[in-house]
Amino acid sequence: MNKFVVHSGSCVPLMRENIDTDQIIPKQFLKRIERSGYGEFLFYDWRFAADGTPTADFVLNDPRYAGASILIAGANFACGSSREHAPWSLMDHGFRVIIAPSFADIFYNNSLKNGLLPITLDAADVAYLGEAVSADPNFTLTVDLENCTVTDGAAFTRSFKIDKFRRHCLLNGLDDIGMTLQHEATITDYETRLASTGRFVLA
Amino acid sequence: MKTLYDKVWKSHIVHEEAGQPALMYVDLHLIHEVTSPQAFEGLRVAGRKVRQAGRTFATVDHAIPTLNRNLPFKDPIAAQQVEKLRENCKEFGVKLYDLDRIEQGIIHVFGPEQGLTQPGMTIVCGDSHTSTHGAFGALAFGIGTSEVEHVLATQTLQQSPAKNFLIRVDGKLPYGVTAKDIILGIINEIGTGGATGHVIEYAGSAIESLSIEGRMTVCNMSIEAGAKAGLIAPDEKTFEYLKGRPFAPKGEDWNRAVAYWGTLPTDAGAAYDKTVAIDAGDLEPYVTWGTSPEMSVKISESVPDISDARDASQRETNERAFAYMGLEPSQKIDEIGIDVAFIGSCTNSRIEDLREAARVANGYHVNSGVKAMIVPGSMQIKKQAEDEGLAKIFIDAGFEWRDAGCSMCLAMNDDVLADGERCASTSNRNFEGRQGRGGRTHLVSPMMAAAAAITGHFVDVRDWKFRD
Ligand code: SF4
Repeated sequence: MNKFVVHSGSCVPLMRENIDTDQIIPKQFLKRIERSGYGEFLFYDWRFAADGTPTADFVLNDPRYAGASILIAGANFACGSSREHAPWSLMDHGFRVIIAPSFADIFYNNSLKNGLLPITLDAADVAYLGEAVSADPNFTLTVDLENCTVTDGAAFTRSFKIDKFRRHCLLNGLDDIGMTLQHEATITDYETRLASTGRFVLA
Repeated sequence: MKTLYDKVWKSHIVHEEAGQPALMYVDLHLIHEVTSPQAFEGLRVAGRKVRQAGRTFATVDHAIPTLNRNLPFKDPIAAQQVEKLRENCKEFGVKLYDLDRIEQGIIHVFGPEQGLTQPGMTIVCGDSHTSTHGAFGALAFGIGTSEVEHVLATQTLQQSPAKNFLIRVDGKLPYGVTAKDIILGIINEIGTGGATGHVIEYAGSAIESLSIEGRMTVCNMSIEAGAKAGLIAPDEKTFEYLKGRPFAPKGEDWNRAVAYWGTLPTDAGAAYDKTVAIDAGDLEPYVTWGTSPEMSVKISESVPDISDARDASQRETNERAFAYMGLEPSQKIDEIGIDVAFIGSCTNSRIEDLREAARVANGYHVNSGVKAMIVPGSMQIKKQAEDEGLAKIFIDAGFEWRDAGCSMCLAMNDDVLADGERCASTSNRNFEGRQGRGGRTHLVSPMMAAAAAITGHFVDVRDWKFRD
């Protein structure tokens, strides 16, 4: 997994609520069998008109936000389908951090497993950031995972919460499966006990 | 004193250590063609095996055509994805219920139908509507592809406990108000983020009175309220449903299983973190008007007035939804005409759903301006509906009678709404573009969808003149 320690970058505001994973990566792009190459399809139906030309009024097409790596979004971000293509496409497009008042559970987990950092801040703080970025597209934030802080280097500094273990994994880029397999003997013991109860035999 | 969720959760903890998520054992892992290829690829790269191929079951559903499945797929990329699943299942020893099998169907219809879904189990699948299986008192939820790989390799998941949320629905459901309306009503009440971080337990007399099919419809849409999972305590109906199914326990094992399942319901006096109570008598058929499942109204109501919004952000969200859906604020629901009716999806494609829709359709004909299709949840349901005479009713009424698959629920195959087309759909998501770019989805029950197909616009199915 990609490590995440400190990241500084410019932001883009997408202040809609309940942005679902069908918007983040529409289903016509789920048929690929790779993990990479989804960036060009990110928010496809919002970014491009039916004839494939870029839509002028969608914020990700606004040249002032080109190169942004932090997405500021509305509440309940990435609800809906479990598709991990959502974090894959966001990362492939260049995002490393998403800041929103709340996230859907599956997306939150999927992101952490890919080195994309979802940060939950108060709705008022997120609204403030949205306005700050709209007013100044060069507005830059620094996210420090070691200390769990987000700052603009001036007036705005907030700390955020993240599960300690998840933070540890991200800071060190640890592989979940490798860690779980350290407990392989315990899993085998559990399976032996399960077999002795006769429960859930599927044959 | 423990809740149903606490009991299932605790009994599946393999390993626990302070400061870390627990390792949860997975009893049943279901896979399909869309979210698994990268997971198998990960195993291959790391030289890992599937730890418990006997607990892993695959079928194809998302990308397949539901018309002429014997012809080569029109979409070569979908064909490649299905082919990849075949190769992966073969290489890793996983049982695949392919297109040529009568058991094939939507993964969440297939599992229960085969008796794979059992009370007290933990069930995961790379698909958010895995919550469907909670209808049996199983802890079932959707996972991402990295987690699919983790389960394939270890038969466990790293998990933290969720909170307990009790939703009670008591009272008698009026005729024409179905399980779909219960769950749409609940989501309307608590919102699409209302259950985030929680596992919902549905209880109360109205839930108990539902068939297992109806309970699956309710649990299916738990994810649309943001819940980790939704569950319902197993009871006699659950056991009755399971008995004799291919993977259900047999003989002495059956008796032992039933005794164990009987210990699962929540203990009297167990505490929940959150509770909501709903009176079934207040429910009506619901119709969604917007682009989120929480944007719904009762059939007797009008779509909302924008000035009712709670704050600026909700107003903007509503305005966008109105524009996308091509509706006017305060418009009456029964004045909304439709172009397409879709009866199918893991929410509403089981035999009971088809029976209800057929009862409405019987003796009528689909409106000349509407294209209507029925997509059974599995090939077995398709056959049963043909044997019961339901297929004939639909075909005589002018509905297309399809093969099993997800079809227009997510429109990954050829069944796609055209830009601006309006659809009465029994599926679970009305997101922008879900059924096709520019397509407008209104979520309803199977009876409501059938009635709209016939009249060409939404009607209150409680007033329907049945011709049976
Ligand atoms: S029917 Fe729809 S919601 Fe259900 S599994 Fe298929 S695509 Fe997902």
